[in-house]
Amino acid sequence: MALSGAGRLPSKEMVKRRRLLRIEDIITKMQDDKTGGVPIRTVKSFLSKIPSVVTGTDVVQWLMKNLSIEDPVEAIHLGSLIAAQGYIFPISDHVLTMKDDGTFYRFQAPYFWPSNCWEPENTDYAIYLCKRTMQNKARLELADYEAENLARLQRAFARKWEFIFMQAEAQVKIDRKKDKTERKILDSQERAFWDVHRPVPGCVNTTEMDIRKCRRLKNPQKVKKSVYGVTEESQAQSPVHVLSQPIRKTTKEDIRKQITFLNTQIDRHCLKMSKVAESLIAYTEQYMEYDPLITPAEPSNPWISDDVALWDIEMSKEPSQQRVKRWGFSFDEILKDQVGRDQFLRFLESEFSSENLRFWLAVQDLKKQPLQDVAKRVEEIWQEFLAPGAPSAINLDSHSYEITSQNVKDGGRYTFEDAQEHIYKLMKSDSYARFLRSNAYQDLLLAKKKPESEQGRRTSLEKFTRSVCCWRRVRMAAAFHPRGGFLPAVGKVAGGQAPHGPDAVLLTVPTAGPGPGPADPTGRRRRSTSADRVSLRGDLVTVKEKE
Amino acid sequence: MSPRHRQMATEALHENETLASLKSEAESLKGKLEEERAKLHDVELHQVAERVEALGQFVMKTRRTLKGHGNKVLCMDWCKDKRRIVSSSQDGKVIVWDSFTTNKEHAVTMPCTWVMACAYAPSGCAIACGFKQFSCLSLPSSWDYSGLDNKCSVYPLTFDKNENMAAKKKSVAMHTNYLSACSFTNSDMQILTASGDGTCALWDVESGQLLQSFHGHGADVLCLDLAPSETGNTFVSGGCDKKAMVWDMRSGQCVQAFETHESDINSVRYYPSGDAFASGSDDATCRLYDLRADREVAIYSKESIIFGASSVDFSLSGRLLFAGYNDYTINVWDVLKGSRVSILFGHENRVSTLRVSPDGTAFCSGSWDHTLRVWA
Repeated sequence: MALSGAGRLPSKEMVKRRRLLRIEDIITKMQDDKTGGVPIRTVKSFLSKIPSVVTGTDVVQWLMKNLSIEDPVEAIHLGSLIAAQGYIFPISDHVLTMKDDGTFYRFQAPYFWPSNCWEPENTDYAIYLCKRTMQNKARLELADYEAENLARLQRAFARKWEFIFMQAEAQVKIDRKKDKTERKILDSQERAFWDVHRPVPGCVNTTEMDIRKCRRLKNPQKVKKSVYGVTEESQAQSPVHVLSQPIRKTTKEDIRKQITFLNTQIDRHCLKMSKVAESLIAYTEQYMEYDPLITPAEPSNPWISDDVALWDIEMSKEPSQQRVKRWGFSFDEILKDQVGRDQFLRFLESEFSSENLRFWLAVQDLKKQPLQDVAKRVEEIWQEFLAPGAPSAINLDSHSYEITSQNVKDGGRYTFEDAQEHIYKLMKSDSYARFLRSNAYQDLLLAKKKPESEQGRRTSLEKFTRSVCCWRRVRMAAAFHPRGGFLPAVGKVAGGQAPHGPDAVLLTVPTAGPGPGPADPTGRRRRSTSADRVSLRGDLVTVKEKE
Repeated sequence: MSPRHRQMATEALHENETLASLKSEAESLKGKLEEERAKLHDVELHQVAERVEALGQFVMKTRRTLKGHGNKVLCMDWCKDKRRIVSSSQDGKVIVWDSFTTNKEHAVTMPCTWVMACAYAPSGCAIACGFKQFSCLSLPSSWDYSGLDNKCSVYPLTFDKNENMAAKKKSVAMHTNYLSACSFTNSDMQILTASGDGTCALWDVESGQLLQSFHGHGADVLCLDLAPSETGNTFVSGGCDKKAMVWDMRSGQCVQAFETHESDINSVRYYPSGDAFASGSDDATCRLYDLRADREVAIYSKESIIFGASSVDFSLSGRLLFAGYNDYTINVWDVLKGSRVSILFGHENRVSTLRVSPDGTAFCSGSWDHTLRVWA
C-alpha cells in the first residue's frame, strides 16, 4: 500500500474516528486553514526548499490560544506529548519533543497515526533501515542507534535477509517514482513513524499500553498489518489469541434486577444540591486548618523541613488543643483518635456507663477477626454484655434485643450490627454530648496548665514512668486483658476484684493508651508519686499495685 | 393452525414480549429517576462555592524521589505510620520504603509477574499484592494474556535479615482475570479485591475463604475505595463499563450507581467525610459524586487536558483533589470551586498511582518512569 500524503482531505470514516480522539481532533483543527490553523509553509533554505513545515512557536501559540492555556510551559508540554505520540515531528531530529522557537515541524500523515493500531514487526523495521542504506542522501544516513539496530536485525534475520533486501529494493523503486518534494515529505513522515515505534534509546515509548486495557484495544482477530504490505509465513502463525470476555447477553433476570434497583433509587430520599453544597463547604472549611497542604503544619511539615517534630508531638500522650478541638467535630472523630477514645472511656467510667463504649469497641474488634475466631468472640460478647446477668450489661430496647439474640444463634461477624448501631446512637446523643460539656474535656480544650513547680521537676524518665505506672489497665491493641475477656472498668469488676495481680505485665507499645490515672470526681488527673515503683525490663514493665 | 401450534406461538410471543416490555419498563424508570433527580438540582456546587475564599498561591514540590524499581510503577500505598510506603511494578518487584529517608526496607521480586496492586495492612506488619503471574516458560508476547494465576497474596513483614520475605507468604484471593486493586478493610484479617473479571470480592486472610462477592459491573473493575466511616460497611468501585458503584459489604448488593463518565473509570476515592467520592477517567475528566444527592455534583476538566486521569486522592480537608494523568502531570483541583489550582511537572512518563499520606502532610505519586515522588 502506498503511503498517502499529508492527509488534507480525509475520508468520512477517518473524520468519524478522529472525533473520538481528542488529540486527533486538535491536530486536524491545527491544520485547518479556514478555522485559523497553524500556518504551514514552504521555507527556502540554502540550496533547496523545505516543504510543508510549521514552527514550534506557531504551534505553541496556537495551543495556547485554542485550548485556553495560560502558561507556555504547559503548552510546550502538551506539544511535546502530541509529538511523542506521533502526530507532529521535528524535521531534523529523531527525538520527538516540541520547542517554543523557530524549529521546523511537520504534520504526520493520517496513514501513520496511532489510531490505526500499528504494531509494526521487526521485519518491517529491517526493510526500512535497509532501504535507508540504499539511498545516497546525507539526511537519510543512519544514526548510531539505528546502525546498531540494523546490525542486530541482520543477525536475527540472517536466513531471510535476502528477502528483506529484495523488499527494501522494491520500496526504493516505488519511492523513486514519486515527485521530489512529495518524497521529502513522505520520507520524513516515515522516519517519524519509526521514531515512535522504535524510539531513540532513553526516550519514552509512547506505544506502550496499559496492560489492563490491551485486551480490548488490540484486536487479536486482525492479522497484524505490514507497513510495506509484506505478507510472510511468520505472520500466518497466529499468536495465542485470548478469547476476549464473552459479552453476556442481558437476561430477563438482569433487567428485573435493574428494575428493582431503579425503583429503590426512585424511592430514595435525596438531598437538594443546595443542601449538599452547604454540607461539603462546611466540612471542608472546618477541616482546612487541619489540612497540612493548605494550612502549614505547626511546628513544620516534616517533608519540607526534614524535621519529624510534628510526628513526635502526635505520638506523645498529651494531645494538643487543636487535636482536642477536633474531637468535638463529630462523634466519629473522637472514636477515630486513640487518645480521644481513652479520654471518653475514662469519662464514661466516671459516669458508670463505660459498658456502652466497651461493647461498641468489642463489636468493632469482632468484625476484624479471622473467620475461625468469630463464633467464639460472638459468644464472649454475648456473655459479657447481653446475656441475662451479664457483668457489663448494656441497655437495649426489647426489639433490638430480640433481633440480636436471634442473630447470636448463627454467630456471624454481623451478629451485633443492630445493637451496635443502637448503642452508637445512644452514646452520640447522650454521653458524647455530655462529655463535650464536661470539665475533663473543657480543661483539655483550654489546655489548663498544671502548676509550674510540678512541671519543672519532671525529668524525661519520670515522665515516661509516670505515663506507664499510673495506668492500672492492661492496654493492648485488641483491648483485651491478659486473662482473657474485656477491659474491666476500673473498680468495677465482677466480684469486685482488682483487674490484675501485682505482677501484671504491660506492653509498652509506644502508641498504647496513655496517660494519667483515673479521673477523680472533679475530672482532674491524679498526680504520680515516688511511691509508685516501676521496674523496666526491656520492653516489658511490671506494674506494682499502689494500694 | 392447530391449538397446539397456537399455544406455542402465543408462548413464544409472550416470552419475547416479556423481555421487550421489561426493557421498556427499565427505560421509563430511568427516565423517571432522571426527572426526580433533576428536581433537586437547584444549584451548582461551584456557584455556592463562590463565597468561599480562594486558595492562595500554590507551591508544591517533589520532596523525595524513590528510585529502585526497574520497570513501570503500577501501584503504591501508605503505611499508617505516615512515612512507610509499599510500591509494586510491572517487573514483579514489590518494595517497602521508609520514604522519609528513602531507604528500602524490604523487597521481593516475583518472576514473570505483573504486580498491579499493593496495599499496606493497618497494623503495618504486612503487605498485600494483587498480581497476574505467567508461566515462566513462555514470557508474554504482546498478544498472550492467558496467564496462569490472578491472585492476591499477603506477606508478613519481617525484620529478620535471614528470613526471606516470600517465605511466609499467604495466598488469599483468586480471580479469573487480573487483579486491579486490593485493600485491607480496617483489619489485617480481611482484604477487598477488584478484578478484570468484572467482580469485587471480600476475603478472610487467615483461611483464604471468600466472604462476599460483588457482581454488577458489566466489564473489568479497575479500582475501589473503602468508605472512611468508623461504622460503615460500604465501598465504591469503578470500572471499564464507565460506572461507579457503591456496595454494601454485608449483603453484597449495589446500593447506588453512577454512570456519567464517557470512558473507563481508573480511580475512585472517597471525600474525607464519606458523603461523596471522586473519580478519574480515561475521558480526561475527574468528577465528584455526592451520595446524598445521588448524582454527579462537579466535573474537573480543561480543554488542554486531553489524556486520561489514572489516579485521584483528596487532601485531608477535601478542599484539594490531586489527580495523576497519562500526560505525565499531576493536576491539583479546587474541589469546591471546580478550578485547577496548580499543575505539577516532574514525572517523565505516565503517572499511574497517587495517594495522600495518612496525616495529609504529603502525597506520593508512582509513574511508568520507574520512580515514585513524594510531594509537599
